[in-house]
Amino acid sequence: MDKVIIAKDLTLSYNNNETIINQSNFDINSGEFVFITGASGSGKSTLLKSLYGALEPKQGELSVGGVQMSDISTKKLNFLRRHVGIVFQDYKLIKEWTIEKNVMLPLIISGYAKDVSEIQVQKLLTHVKLNHQLGKYPLELSGGEQQRVAMARALAHNPIIILADEPTGNLDDYSAQVIWNLLEGACTQLKTTVVVVTHHIPETMKIDYKHLHIEYGSIYEVS
Amino acid sequence: MKSLKNHFSLIAALFTILFTVQVYQILERSINSYEESLRANYSIVLIANSILDEASIKSRFSLVRSLEEISPEKVIKRLEKEMDKTSLGLLRASLPKFYKISLEHYPQPEEVDILSSQLENMKQIKRVENYAQTHDQIYKLLLLYKGITQVFAIAIFVVTLLLIAKEMRIWQFQHAERMNIMALFGAPIMLRSAVLFRLAILDAIIAATLLLSTFTFLKNGEWLQGYFSDLNIHVNIFNYSHDTFLHFGIALTLSIILSVMLVINHKEEV
Repeated sequence: MDKVIIAKDLTLSYNNNETIINQSNFDINSGEFVFITGASGSGKSTLLKSLYGALEPKQGELSVGGVQMSDISTKKLNFLRRHVGIVFQDYKLIKEWTIEKNVMLPLIISGYAKDVSEIQVQKLLTHVKLNHQLGKYPLELSGGEQQRVAMARALAHNPIIILADEPTGNLDDYSAQVIWNLLEGACTQLKTTVVVVTHHIPETMKIDYKHLHIEYGSIYEVS
Repeated sequence: MKSLKNHFSLIAALFTILFTVQVYQILERSINSYEESLRANYSIVLIANSILDEASIKSRFSLVRSLEEISPEKVIKRLEKEMDKTSLGLLRASLPKFYKISLEHYPQPEEVDILSSQLENMKQIKRVENYAQTHDQIYKLLLLYKGITQVFAIAIFVVTLLLIAKEMRIWQFQHAERMNIMALFGAPIMLRSAVLFRLAILDAIIAATLLLSTFTFLKNGEWLQGYFSDLNIHVNIFNYSHDTFLHFGIALTLSIILSVMLVINHKEEV
């Protein structure tokens, strides 16, 4: 199976030089569903940031989708991000845009034709059961609905990887389950690699998954 | 509403700059027009022993536009009742030649001094009257007006530019979130900043159009034209071909430069 993420002796730190992740090794296969867990402040979100290029490795190697993340150029980073879908705990939707336009964002960036994009957006909003909310703005929706919009946006451009940072952290149980189902669906139906940072792995998971745990700056696989 | 307020602030600031530039232009045009009327009325009087050749004077002094003889007949006629014909004949024969020199442009005091001394050095010329003191006073007054206007225009320009920079800083905060989100999905910098540029260009066009409308209104209003006519000054308050181009150019250039500065200073959130 192809490895889509490879980390070798990976060390991550911010400008203050405090090491967050220390010389860790792991890899993630294509189409795999991966949970990254750890205590608060253990470096889960920092690791995720390095996977979408918001933080460069201080030492070691990190390859995402075949792209080396050390000294990555802006052009390469933009190229990589056009093949990655990201979901955040605080949704990160553009408030002044309608939900359709928010979902369309990755398609606009990737240069899809308008009519193709519109069809894709309709399909995705139906898939996340928000087709009755067309024309609305993010702040007119509940938290769960906003996260479903964010999920639709992450799926819009058929990414090779979905990175999710505590995607259910702000949601009630029902909305959280909807998001888990969508992430599982992306992995099983679309064969997308899904990497989720979370405090708790839901008990309702129906598919096999890999579990990476971070403790004291080290990443290890929980079997 | 908040966004509209921010737009209004930028439009108002740009409009103030354009208004200042246009007022400065009107002042400069009125000063130029006044200089022109002074030039037309200004002349140097020469008293010469013999007839002067206009072509030779003009070729020797580039500042000289024309040389015109002043006939003494008017004065002699006044004396006809008091003097007999023989005395008048003698007077006529002994009188020197009087000439009036008109100039190419309104001269600076130094130019008048140089021309006067060069003319005085000519053998045929007995005396040169240049009214330099009166001329000097008027010219210095004009320069004072120009200087004061320039200082005010620059001060308003700088203050308004600072206001615009502050306004754009608020824009930066407003647009930062959207730009960061777009960056997360791999949008190139031009696409991320497209909205910012679009809004800045739109505001520049609105500000320049408002200025165009204001000065079209003023140009067609009789009171301002009447005011200038009373001063015997003919000023084009708004030159459509030149001023429209100038103001749209200034507004667009300023807003684009400021937008570029915002984009350059934008840092992606980590």
